[in-house]
This record gives sequence, C-alpha cells and structure tokens, in this order.
Amino acid sequence: MAVKSLIKYEIERDPAFAKWVTGVMGGERIRNCIQCGLCSASCPLSPYMDFTPRRLIHMAREGFKRDVLESFTIWLCTSCYSCTVECPRRIRVTDVMYALKRRAIEDGVFPRRFPIPVLASEFGNMIRRNGRVTESWLVVRVFLKTAIMRLLGMSKLGTKLFLTGRMEIVPATIKGRKQLQNMLDAVEAHKKEVAA
Amino acid sequence: MKRYLYYPGCSLRGTGKAYEESLLMVFKALNIELEELEDWNCCGATAYMAIDEVSSFALAGRNLAIAEKKNLDLLAPCSACFLVLNKTQRYIKEYPKVAETLAHGFKAAGLEYHGTAKVRHPLDVLINDIGMDQIKACIKTPLTGLKVAPYYGCQIVRPYATFDLMYYPVTMDKLLRAVGAEVVDYPLKTRCCGGSQKGTLPEVGLSLIHILLKEARRREAHIVSTICPLCQFNLDAFQDEASKKYGEISMPVVYFTQLLGLAFGFSAKELGLERNIVAAKQTLAKYAPAAA
Amino acid sequence: MEAGNGHLRIGVYVCHCGTNIAATVDVKAVAEYAAGLPGVAVAREYKYMCSDPGQELIKQDIEELKLNRVVVASCSPLLHEETFRGAVAKGGLNPFCFQMVNIREHDSWVHLDHQKATEKAKALLRAAIRRVALHKPLVKKRVPIDPNVLIVGGGIAGIHAALTLANAGKHVYLVEREPTIGGNMAKFDKTFPTLDCAACILTPKMTAVKKHPNITLWTLSEVTQMQGYVGNFEVAVTRHPRYINEELCVGCLECIEGCVYKQAKVSDEFNLGLGKRKPIYISFPQAVPQIPVIDPETCIDFKSGRCKKTCIEACGDRHAVDLKQQPKLETIKVGAIILATGYQPFDARKVPDYGYGVYPNVYTAPEVERLINASGPTGGEVIMRDGRKPQAIGIIHCVGSRDENTNKWCSRVCCMYSLKLAHLLKERTGAEVYQFYIDMRAPGKAYEEFYHQLLAEGVHMIRGRVAEVTDWAMTKEEEGKLVMRAEDTLISFVRRVPVDMVVLSVGLVPQEDAKDVRRLFNISCSTEGWFLERHPKLAPVNTFTDGIFIAGACQAPKDIPDSVGQAGSAAAEAMVLIDTGYVEMEPNTAYIVEEECSGCKTCVPLCPYSAISFLADKKVAQINEVVCKGCGTCVAACPSGTIKQNLFEDEEIFEEIQGVLV
Repeated sequence: MAVKSLIKYEIERDPAFAKWVTGVMGGERIRNCIQCGLCSASCPLSPYMDFTPRRLIHMAREGFKRDVLESFTIWLCTSCYSCTVECPRRIRVTDVMYALKRRAIEDGVFPRRFPIPVLASEFGNMIRRNGRVTESWLVVRVFLKTAIMRLLGMSKLGTKLFLTGRMEIVPATIKGRKQLQNMLDAVEAHKKEVAA
Repeated sequence: MKRYLYYPGCSLRGTGKAYEESLLMVFKALNIELEELEDWNCCGATAYMAIDEVSSFALAGRNLAIAEKKNLDLLAPCSACFLVLNKTQRYIKEYPKVAETLAHGFKAAGLEYHGTAKVRHPLDVLINDIGMDQIKACIKTPLTGLKVAPYYGCQIVRPYATFDLMYYPVTMDKLLRAVGAEVVDYPLKTRCCGGSQKGTLPEVGLSLIHILLKEARRREAHIVSTICPLCQFNLDAFQDEASKKYGEISMPVVYFTQLLGLAFGFSAKELGLERNIVAAKQTLAKYAPAAA
Repeated sequence: MEAGNGHLRIGVYVCHCGTNIAATVDVKAVAEYAAGLPGVAVAREYKYMCSDPGQELIKQDIEELKLNRVVVASCSPLLHEETFRGAVAKGGLNPFCFQMVNIREHDSWVHLDHQKATEKAKALLRAAIRRVALHKPLVKKRVPIDPNVLIVGGGIAGIHAALTLANAGKHVYLVEREPTIGGNMAKFDKTFPTLDCAACILTPKMTAVKKHPNITLWTLSEVTQMQGYVGNFEVAVTRHPRYINEELCVGCLECIEGCVYKQAKVSDEFNLGLGKRKPIYISFPQAVPQIPVIDPETCIDFKSGRCKKTCIEACGDRHAVDLKQQPKLETIKVGAIILATGYQPFDARKVPDYGYGVYPNVYTAPEVERLINASGPTGGEVIMRDGRKPQAIGIIHCVGSRDENTNKWCSRVCCMYSLKLAHLLKERTGAEVYQFYIDMRAPGKAYEEFYHQLLAEGVHMIRGRVAEVTDWAMTKEEEGKLVMRAEDTLISFVRRVPVDMVVLSVGLVPQEDAKDVRRLFNISCSTEGWFLERHPKLAPVNTFTDGIFIAGACQAPKDIPDSVGQAGSAAAEAMVLIDTGYVEMEPNTAYIVEEECSGCKTCVPLCPYSAISFLADKKVAQINEVVCKGCGTCVAACPSGTIKQNLFEDEEIFEEIQGVLV
C-alpha cells in the first residue's frame, strides 16, 4: 500500500489558469457556482469520471491546473448539455468542458494514445483537408494511431456496415476546399492577432 | 409546393444513409422540394469544438452564409448539425468578439453573413409547416398495433429547445401517433446514448446504450424510433455485445422517417430498412405489409 | 419673522464637519467669499454646525442680526435638513426660508483636488444664496387620522397584528378571503423547532380574534377598491355569500351531515386536492368562524335548482341556511392599513425533472403536512396515493429556490421544515429518510440544535441537488421504486437512491394576485414580486405609501417568529399614527393655478401617487396636497407651466443654475 500526501499547498494554485477559466465563453459565471452538484447528478457519464463535473469546476476556479487538465473527466464529456440546462447559476458547463479539452490539447497534456483527443484532431485534419468527414476513414486513422488491435476487433461490425451499404468508401470532398482553408486561416490569423 | 434547402451532413452519406433515403421519400410524398445546400462542408459536430471554438463556428458559418443566398429555410436532419448551426448563429449574435473574428473569415472566403438563415428540423417542419392533415392524407397503411419507443437523444432539445419541450419532447410522438402507431411512455427519451464514446471508451458507451434498449423493451415497445444518425448507429450496432454483457437484448432501431414512409406505403428497400444491423423488416412487416 | 420687507438679510454657515469637509475644502475661504456676496448679512464657518452650539449660532444670529434667510453648507440634507430647519424655527424664522448645500457628499468626499473642491463649494454656495432669496414662508399641513385600522389577510401575521391593535383599544377590520382565518399556518401539522402542533398554538389566537369586541372579522371577503390617503382611507369590501346566515348559525355542522351527498366527492382545497369534501363544508374542524360554506360551483341546488335541500331540514328551527344570500358591499373608513396577505407555495410542476404530477408518489411539502395531520385526508397515516406505506422517503430541498431557472432567492424556511418533515415522517413510518440539500440553513433560535437532533436520528444527509426522479431501474433493488440521482458532494460520488415517496421542499413565492393587490393599495413591489419595504434594514414594515404597512411573508419569505415579530411592528406603526392623531405633510407639494389650467388632463394619469383628479364641473385639474409627494412629474409635464411646486419654483431653480454658472 503506497502512502501519499494529498495535501494541496497554495503554491500549487495557478491564478492565471483560474482567471482564464472565468474568461471562457460560457464560463463567465463560474465564480457563482454554489457547488450544488446538479451537473454531476444529471451527467450520464459522471459515474465514470475521476473528478465529477462539480468537483472539476471548483478545482478549475481555484486554479488547480494540473489536476484539471490531466483528468479523465474532460474527455468523458459527450456534450449532451444536461448539465448546462440544469445549472441553477446558468454556467454553461459543456462549454467549459470544451475549453478544457482545447487547453489540454494545446498544452499537450494527455496520454499519447488516448483515443478521444486523437479522434478530435483527426476529425479536424480531415475537415481541413477535404471539407467533409468520411466516417470509415476517420475510424481507421484513429485506431491505427491508438489501438490497432481494436481495429481488428471491429472488423465484424465493419463488414456488416459494408454489406448494408452504410460505409462510404470514397473520401468525401468539397469543391470549395481552398475557400474553406482560406476562411480557417483568416480566422486563425485574427485570433493570434487578438491574443497578442 | 414547399421548398427547403437541405443540409444532410457527413453521417447521412455514411452510417446514416437510411435516414437520408427515408427522409427524401417522405418529403417527396408530401410534395416538399429539397435543394441540397451547394457545396456544403462538415459542420464540425462535437469534435471540432475540442480543437478550436471560433474555427468550429467558421465551419458552420460557411454553410449558413451559403444558405443565406437563397431565401429558403435550411433543413438539418442530423441532431449534431442542427445544434452546431443553431449554436453558431447564437454565439455570433451574443459575443461581439466571435462576430469580429468570423468577419475576417467570411471576407477571406468571399462570403457575406447576416444571420438570416433559418435552421429547421424535419420534426418541426412536418408538424408546423406541413401539418397533420396533409400527413394523414398520405397514409396508405396505418401502423396500427405497432408499439414505438420514441428516442430523441440530446442535441435537438438541449441546450436550445426551439420547437419542442426540453424535458419531455412530444413532436415525434405526435407524428407517430398520427400514422397509427402506439407510442409508449419512454422517460429516457432524451437521455444521452454516449455519442462517440462507444468507439473510444467501449465499456462506458455500452452501458449507456444498454439502458436505453432495456427500458424500451420493458415498456413493451416493438421498436425504437430515432432522429439522429449517431443514436441510431449506437443503438443498432452493438446489441450483440450488450447481449453478451447484460443479457439477451434484440430491439430493432429505425428512423422516424422510415416509419412514416411505411405508413405512406413505401417499401422496405426504398426506405433503407434493409440497412439495419438488427433486422427491422420482420417486426415491421406484421404492422405494415410494405415492409415485407 | 416673515420675509418680504424687500431687504435681504441672509445668514451663511459653512461647516467644517471636523476634517470631513475642512480637510479638502478651504472652509475659511468659502465663508469669506460668501460674506462678500449680495444679500449676505453674515457668513461664518464652524466645526460642527449640527451640534447644539452650532444650532445656537443660527438661532442667535436670527434674533440679533434680524436675519430673514439662512443657508447652511454642510452634509446631506437627508441627515440634517430637519435639524437646521428646527434651529431656524427656534430663532423665530419660518423654517422654509432655509436652504441647505451639500459640500460633503457632493464635494469634499468625492474630489481630491483641494483647489477645485473649494471653487466648487463656492459655486454651490453662490447658487444657494441666490435661490434662498426667492424662498417663501410655507406651513406644514396637519391631517387628522381616522382611528380604525384595516388588516388584509387573516394568517398568523394578520391575526397577531389584529389582536395587538385590538388589545390596545383600537378598532380593527380583519378581512380574509378564505372562509376561515389561519392562513397557511393552519395547514401545517407541527412547527419547527419546538414541534408544537400548529393548530394548537394557532387556534387560541383565532378564537381570541372571533371573541374580541374590537375586531370586526369578515371572512370570504375581499377588498375591491381603496381610495384616499394616510389617515383617511376609504375602502370598499365585498363580502361574498357563504349561503349560511352567520348570525343564526351555531356551528353544530348538522347541515354538512345532512347533505344529500352521503359521500364527499369534491376535491378539497384545504387538503390540497388530497382529500374530498361535500359541496357544503367547513375547511377544518377548528375553523374560525365556525360556520360552514356552500360552494355554488358544486352544490346541486345551485347547478340544477332541484335538490331536496336536506341541509335546510337538518338545520331545523335555527333556519341558518340561506340559499338566496347575496354578496354584501361594505364601505369603511380607516386611518391605517396593514397588508398581511402571505405567500403561496411554488408550483412544483415547473420543475419537470422531479416528476410531480407524473408519478403519483411525488408530493410537495404542503401536501405532506396534510398527510401527516390528524385532521387530514388520511387521518394522519402516511399512506401514498397508490395505497402503500413508504419504506424509503427522499426529501429534495430548494425546489424552485436558489435557481436562475425558477426563482433566484432562498426561501428561508425550507431547510427547517424539511428537517421537521424528516423527523415526523421517520417517526410515523420508520422509513429510511434521505435528505438532499445544498446548504443547511438553520439561522434561528434553537434551529441549529434541531438540526443536530435530526442528525442524531439517523436521517441520511446527502449534500447534492437531485437532477431527476425516474421510474426506471439500473439494478434489481431499484425495480418498482422511484430513483433519485444526485452527487453526494461531501464524498464526491454520484448516488442513485431508490425510494417509495419523494417529498419536494417547495419554496415560497408571492401570491398569485400579489400584483393586483399591490396596485389596489398603491404600493411597490421588488423585482421578484414581494411587496416593497421602505428600507430593507431599518423600515421593513413601512412602505413608500404613508399609512400602509406590510407584515409577514408578503414582504419576503420568512418563518412564523419573524412574521409575528413584523406583525407586532406593523401594529405599533399603525398605533403611532392613530395615537398621534394627526400627520404633518411636507409642504414641497405641487399646486395648480386654477385660472391658468386649460383642463388638458395631461397631468392626471401621470401622478404615481394618484394625487391629481379632474374636476368635471370646473374643467380644471386639482392636486390633493395631502397625497402629493412632491416628485415633480406633473410640474414638468404641464404643457402650459400652470403646475408649480412649493420649494421648487421655476424662478428658484433658475436662480440656482445661474448661481453655479456665473
């Protein structure tokens, strides 16, 4: 039995992170959270989370950056918005979860082979390249990068989908790929400008 | 003749193919013309939001700007697309800094955005624009005796319940009853199916899927009716696994448009009913001969 | 000493206010400057003008230097205008030949630049000196007070206020719209924290009301109109018919027994729909007055005209049943009004997640009070709507409170009454009781100790707000039960608790018709709809309308001790009015120069205090000086400038402006 000290010292708090969380769209009222737990109670994924949504919100607003970004919680969120519609203080918890996901990806804080952020980034890459997502290729790419064995395990399902005509083989693309890329580039550029 | 712009979304060309097929059949029968949105791009769904927020608005924004050019409402059958398009419109309006950054994006794309496109869901269009009378007039074989569990999922009622009740939506119930089916009381009708978690965290996803199927059976439904391609996929594709882990379960899961189409007399093939993993034809054939 | 001899002799006093003013404003320079202005006979500066020697200065100067106007430059008029007016009056000068300048809150306390602050003080003083020259002597009017009091609402607050006033020898009209007094408290079983039986402590007071010679009790009655002003209110009350003659009825209740309905079939409002009553009924056994009521909506005779009328037969030779009774319209004159109209419970259907109205065994707290009450629909047995007795009960706090989606406020009493219900339910049924709360609010006397008593009883305290109450099961134990899902935040685990019965601790909201009632009585309400007090800390029972007081839950959610406290306070305020016998009105009222009024009626609907009426015969508008509060709206609106205001005449204001600009 490994004995650890779990005490939290003030030096661990990251005030800049706490401030950032209160500035994300949807997180403006995070300081008003009364910790009632309704978000956790309504979340269908909360039984599987290491920190319940309520607990994560308080840790985030106090600035415990490492615990928050390294948590399993943020990746388990399926954005069903149950928490957002329930919250008595009208905190958009789903939006906060998204922001934490983005921050975790930006800071590179997640296990390399963790499928969820890999799915997000492959999804994004495919859109930027083609303008649309082809489910079959997306799944292949994600599992190649994270869990090859599971890909083989899904072959039965894959065959069924192929036979019922639910598998798109030819990658879907759009004509306005350049237009879309220009748009995304301009948005990125302006964001950088504003942040500077 | 009513006309709408049509935004299928990536899923309706893949796993959700049957949704598109049945939707097109039903709308044609009701004399509605659907014009596919020109060169539409992926809306980003829930995944792009995890990469960049404003850019995900840009993805949806491009579609909205293209839609604005025609003076028609934009029909978005997929729940995720429906939500993202709506959310984009609201956030551009609510947050000036989003509007400002996107303005640069629209300019670079050579598009204009005024926020005038109206995003509609097929349930909304059927109930409010077309109306029950016209729908009932198209019925050839009412689905009498078929017990349906109506499953709406999350994203068409949360966080924006624009055309139905947030906690206990009823539009699909009304449509199914109108075509003669019996709709069972199904309190889990808006409980999350797990979305993409079945792929990434299989055990978690499976438990969420199982409870939905189990309750539908407990309430004596013959079939589950859905409106979202990912929900349909989740509930349809993993029943073997669920049976192994939790006990035998076999419940056909179809799109509401397929049920409407059956009532309108279309065949199983036309409505994509042969694409189900868990066979639906046999169950449905008892109530609608066209399904055979 | 009257002004008007044409020769101005103004006395100017600049206060140091210790260092409050003097540290920023050069008071000596200001006084010197004032001394040089036209009309100023003397200009002094002093450390504390509001002190006795300070006031004495003014008095002496008026007498010795024959001053006919006074200006004091010091703090806010809200604090000391009355003080200085008093000093001026003591000196023998009309107190309205006085102007006060605020060089503290408006100057020294808000500016850092000493030089600029001093210049500003000089400018303000200059303005005041020019203005005060035009002041006319004014007299405060006295208005007599009618010694009767009207109390609207016969709940615990109304009852207590009525008894207090009646015992002090004042005559009280107590008007209550239900057939019995007692209000919400009469529906409770026990009260926290003592667990006194609510009826046992309430009914003696109710009977006292009935017996008291100084109280005129009108039940089944409503106020329909109120006119007038403090001390002189004229109120119209409609007394709805109960179809039983109150004078002849002896309260034997045989008519109820004798009704053609052998079984009670009508939904019982007093029991919140949980029980049944007959068309002829009495709300509860200890109702006051102890006289039945006939409900014309459900009585066969009223609906069809064909009934054997066995009630009349049962009444026998007392002949108290009067099916032809008509509503009675009363008009009364009172000097003070106390509104004690109470609250209503939050409608739990507005929180669809909890399944109220969908699952039969989900109850609101008021419904549970009736279930456990011995005179309730189940005789005090906890039997649910489906006939079973619960073995596990969940109580959800904050239903409809502390929530931006329903009501933002905390309803104050729910934590305590939830603990009380937990205790009573556990006692009666031996069930497992789960209490789902967010914060445990136990602020009153002996409340925390009550909480500890409950903790010791083994009630499961789960700190977490319940997201949903559902009837589907994830495990075998949950089958056939209602499942409550919440995060137990104290241990950071999500819990699913299967129960048989769910109790929703609903919050308190304003009465359905609170907005109509407050318009009737011309008082304001807060953004949430509770009646507005004059000051939340220092004047909780006064309103902005003189002569009208509020008491109890109609002002904000509160428990019984606080309601009784406020009721006594409101009664005392009413007594102040009555015992003083008169009220003095500030003379800064608006007035109409009758010859100049064109009768355009622009001003009439604008007055927020309804002080302006239109005289149809003379075709001019008229302002009731006594009701006018001097807000100036009509003065500004009058297209011909006919309406003027004492102490705020156009010339006075222009002089003031000129004084600043020069």
